[in-house]
Amino acid sequence: MLNNLTLLEAFVGLREKKFSSVELTKDCLKQIDSLEDKVKAFLIVDEDGALSQAKDADKMKNPSPLAGIPVAVKDVFCTKDLRSTGGSKVLENYRPHFNATAVEKLKEQGAVILGKTNCDEFAMGGSTENSGFFPTHNPWDLERVPGGSSGGSAAAVATDMAIYSLGTDTGGSIRQPASFCGISGLKVSYGRVSRYGVMAMTSSLDTIGPLAKSVEDIAVILPFLAGKDVKDSTTPDISVDDYSAEINKGIKGLRIGLPKEYFIEGMDEGVRDVVLNAAKKLEEMGAEIADISLPHSDLAIAAYYIIVPSEVSSNMARYDGMRYGFSDREGRDLLGIYLNSRAKGLGKEVKRRVMIGTYALSAGYYDAYYKKAMQVRTLVKKDFEDAFKDVDVILTPVAPTTAFKIGENINDPLKMYLEDVFTTPASLAGICGLSVPAGFANNLPVGIQLLGKRFDEKTILRVGHQYQLNTDWHKKKPDLNNN
Amino acid sequence: MKLSQEQIEHIAVLARLELAPEEKEKYGEQLSAILDYVEKLGNVDTAEIEPTSQVTGLINVMREDEVIDSGISKELVEDAPESQLGYFKIPKIFENK
Repeated sequence: MLNNLTLLEAFVGLREKKFSSVELTKDCLKQIDSLEDKVKAFLIVDEDGALSQAKDADKMKNPSPLAGIPVAVKDVFCTKDLRSTGGSKVLENYRPHFNATAVEKLKEQGAVILGKTNCDEFAMGGSTENSGFFPTHNPWDLERVPGGSSGGSAAAVATDMAIYSLGTDTGGSIRQPASFCGISGLKVSYGRVSRYGVMAMTSSLDTIGPLAKSVEDIAVILPFLAGKDVKDSTTPDISVDDYSAEINKGIKGLRIGLPKEYFIEGMDEGVRDVVLNAAKKLEEMGAEIADISLPHSDLAIAAYYIIVPSEVSSNMARYDGMRYGFSDREGRDLLGIYLNSRAKGLGKEVKRRVMIGTYALSAGYYDAYYKKAMQVRTLVKKDFEDAFKDVDVILTPVAPTTAFKIGENINDPLKMYLEDVFTTPASLAGICGLSVPAGFANNLPVGIQLLGKRFDEKTILRVGHQYQLNTDWHKKKPDLNNN
Repeated sequence: MKLSQEQIEHIAVLARLELAPEEKEKYGEQLSAILDYVEKLGNVDTAEIEPTSQVTGLINVMREDEVIDSGISKELVEDAPESQLGYFKIPKIFENK
């Protein structure tokens, strides 16, 4: 089955004409066909489009490493003429007339887009249960969540339905599902990849990145996504590194920090052991492990859950039933259309965040909530700047637990928010983070998080790749016949 | 910090969200719990701390003021629930006096 290949293996096979992109794509589609009933990773599978793109790719001369390789795209990315819902009923029938820059860039390389993956509505959530359509199931235990919000993208790669996928990460939405599903996922530094054409959630934090079967694959994909885009003015003109070359350097002498605030009371013992074992392994490989402190870590999640809903309340104002998307025209006056369209179109978590944000930004509360949160953001950012004077990379858990059961946290939004405790600080600081499979706890995969300086993706990818050269955790696959 | 039903209703009006009675009750409890949690920010001394609204370090990103035709303006307008002559059509905003 060709769909089991990594991106690099598939690229070599295509280049050496061992098989065609059409054959590779057909195997991915076959895998989707046989497992999708159980996993529910996709909102839209574009079989005809994928096969036609594969045929085109097979005719390409000097194909790039991405040519002819099937990719699954989170449904918050706009894809031209292909339904793009953002996981929301509000956009159930929305067909964009343009591609997101990230999608356009993949298409220019001859990528084959298999379809659009399920996610929490407009990326708001950490379990994919907030999808307006259905939850996705964790391939390692179908009663559990795959994580989120990029849960469909993670599950599709973990089950070999796709060779790699695109996701978005605002406060952990690539890193956490990658950890829960046992694959590799990269949250880039804010501004590294253009956000143009990706449905906005929290504009000052949203980032775009790949989920893949190995760190090496991510190093291949990233240069094609990264760089300045005139359509996204938050992408600085900073050169893109040759990641595939950089990751081959060893890690001898590299300083890796373990922040004491990330090994807290209440975290799963098994998760803690996995992270500490990974630290030991990296030390054996020649890295120096240093104890460090990020003193404002426990405040980050509180600041995050003020900043996010505040920006959400503003970004969700566009779904007003006037220009595109769902519109309830029963009540003929303007206010009636707003109220009915939003009441019927938006889901619980979106409304909850709009409410919190509206409150935090309302007259009399701005200083106490939003301004305060932005000041704490400065402190969190400074923690990392200080730490990176001493160490090259920071090693932490991705999440305090392994994948939880579907429905377990759904009525306790605060508990759900606290799941993001280890991923949100890096988001506030705008730095990059990589989730790498590092073991199992409770028979479920556990990832480690490697954090790097802004635009220093090359160093965390290097540590991740070197770790994968010395371990097999990323090669473990779920057995769907047994659950 | 317990939010009253009146406060919840006021926030919903500002947010243009119509909430069913059971939603009001549920959001009242949940929002109060979340606000209680973020109260801890109040204990941090931030008097001398500049706020961070974004991390790019970029200021006033400028470009030439030139027209670039998207080529899809007709299609975009036609996506609207109602449109006419290349414009979005919405119910009247101003009342005649």
